[in-house]
Amino acid sequence: MARVLVQDAPFDIAAETAALTAGRTDVGGVGSFLGVCRADDGLAALVLEHYPGMTERAIARIAEEAEARWPLTGCTVIHRVGRILPGEGIVLVLTASAHRAAALEACAFLIDWLKTRAPFWKREEFAAGSHRWVEARAEDDAAAARWAKA
Amino acid sequence: MRVLYFAWVRQKVGVAEEVVAPPAEVRDVAGLVAWLAARTPGHAAAFADPRQLRAAVNQDFATPDHPVAANDEVAFFPPVTGG
Repeated sequence: MARVLVQDAPFDIAAETAALTAGRTDVGGVGSFLGVCRADDGLAALVLEHYPGMTERAIARIAEEAEARWPLTGCTVIHRVGRILPGEGIVLVLTASAHRAAALEACAFLIDWLKTRAPFWKREEFAAGSHRWVEARAEDDAAAARWAKA
Repeated sequence: MRVLYFAWVRQKVGVAEEVVAPPAEVRDVAGLVAWLAARTPGHAAAFADPRQLRAAVNQDFATPDHPVAANDEVAFFPPVTGG
């Protein structure tokens, strides 16, 4: 059962990683992806909106699929919403398993699917006061599609 | 029927959600889009290019031919950009 959180507050990657190995000796590796807010083109902040209810369901479903495809001992997905400043974490995916291949592959699967199947929308705010909605990228669809089962 | 809007779709429509009672001819997501688009100029602007829209029915992604019914929660939004 994955730990799924959607929250305004920053997350603590060290504490979340420690929680996946605490009290157990069957974990051989923890795969991680930390998405960070970049300051492209004078960006002042990202504002993330989501669809409460559907977001948690969508992430839980993606995590269940990861747990069905790889032998994970634990899995954590934390996605922030609201206003996020350059340099701050946006999303954290952690996958624990006995062996590295499962952990790393499951982690890549989770972030690729999160980008295309979880209902979040990013708006960029710039120093001059203007803002724009981020557009979906075809590369993200292609990255997610590579996980489709033959 | 409860209809929710997110991101620029919400901004164009002008409200985050509304309760609507479409006529019986509105049977699927595509039919609902056509009916909603005629409500106000804001709705028309939001639904002007259906290729830019995604939909969910009862919090699951739905295609234009997905049926809709009176008690459903239907949401319209742009392609997602999280992660």
